[in-house]
Amino acid sequence: MKLELIQPFINAADAVLAQTLACSTRVANVSMEEQAYRRRGVAALVTVKGDIEGRIVFDLEPRTAMKVACTLAGGELPESDEVVHETICELANQVIGNAITTLNDQGFRFRVQPPQVHTAEHGMGSSEDTEALVMCFDTPSGRVFMNIALRLGARPKA
Amino acid sequence: MQQFAALLRSKDMQPLRYLVVDDSIFARKNLTKMIESFGGRLAGEAGDGCTAITEYSRTLPDLVLMDIIMPNMEGIEASERIVRLHPQARIVMVSSVGYQENIIAALQKGARHFVQKPVKPEVLYDVVKYVMAEDGTTLTAAAGAAS
Repeated sequence: MKLELIQPFINAADAVLAQTLACSTRVANVSMEEQAYRRRGVAALVTVKGDIEGRIVFDLEPRTAMKVACTLAGGELPESDEVVHETICELANQVIGNAITTLNDQGFRFRVQPPQVHTAEHGMGSSEDTEALVMCFDTPSGRVFMNIALRLGARPKA
Repeated sequence: MQQFAALLRSKDMQPLRYLVVDDSIFARKNLTKMIESFGGRLAGEAGDGCTAITEYSRTLPDLVLMDIIMPNMEGIEASERIVRLHPQARIVMVSSVGYQENIIAALQKGARHFVQKPVKPEVLYDVVKYVMAEDGTTLTAAAGAAS
């Protein structure tokens, strides 16, 4: 996968997580995912169509998701899956939206759908034309994973 | 959350009334907390563009905070329709997707300003102050913190 597609996601995740969680974050790992994607916990899925096509999954282990949701809510939350899912979807929306803003300003034109809670245990992995990349960010609340499977569609406008 | 000097309508010194439109309940709650810290009140909320149009006509808020990417009808189209029905409507787009093309489209359709998510309360406060002062009809920053 081209670095020009990946770097905006790294920058956006770093900036949004640092701002919303009021902490410093660190990219712990970036790796290719050869196998089909396997969900770790609470996950939000965003699909992309246009000059760039594919999907991004924002994924947190359940304990991390709860900690992140509590931090964002500014206090304890009821043991409600719905609230945690909702919060993680909005965080995904902010990270992915910021990355998409950068890519659009670079000339790529595409549309995104609102994030959806991703409940399937498995998902698309790498294929012949779409490589899946997994990024892991260390935060004080735990590890945040972003699984990105994108491919270039039409060439971007000059 | 940080408290700001309350923004009041100069005509009657009442708190500003906001319509918050976002498909994320979390985002709506977060924005509601912010407007309360500005001394404002929630007039209504909506989770999509279609509901936003109905809620605007029902509540006639002083200001709308409008997301862009939403199901059923997106925020830019909803803004255009609201402004067509209510030319005096003040709409601020609040979205994580803030590329130039989107911002220009929103402004052309009648939005007054754009704030990118994640929203910093101090940024939104300044934008609300600016937008409300634009018409010269509303806005007073009361001395002291908002209650």
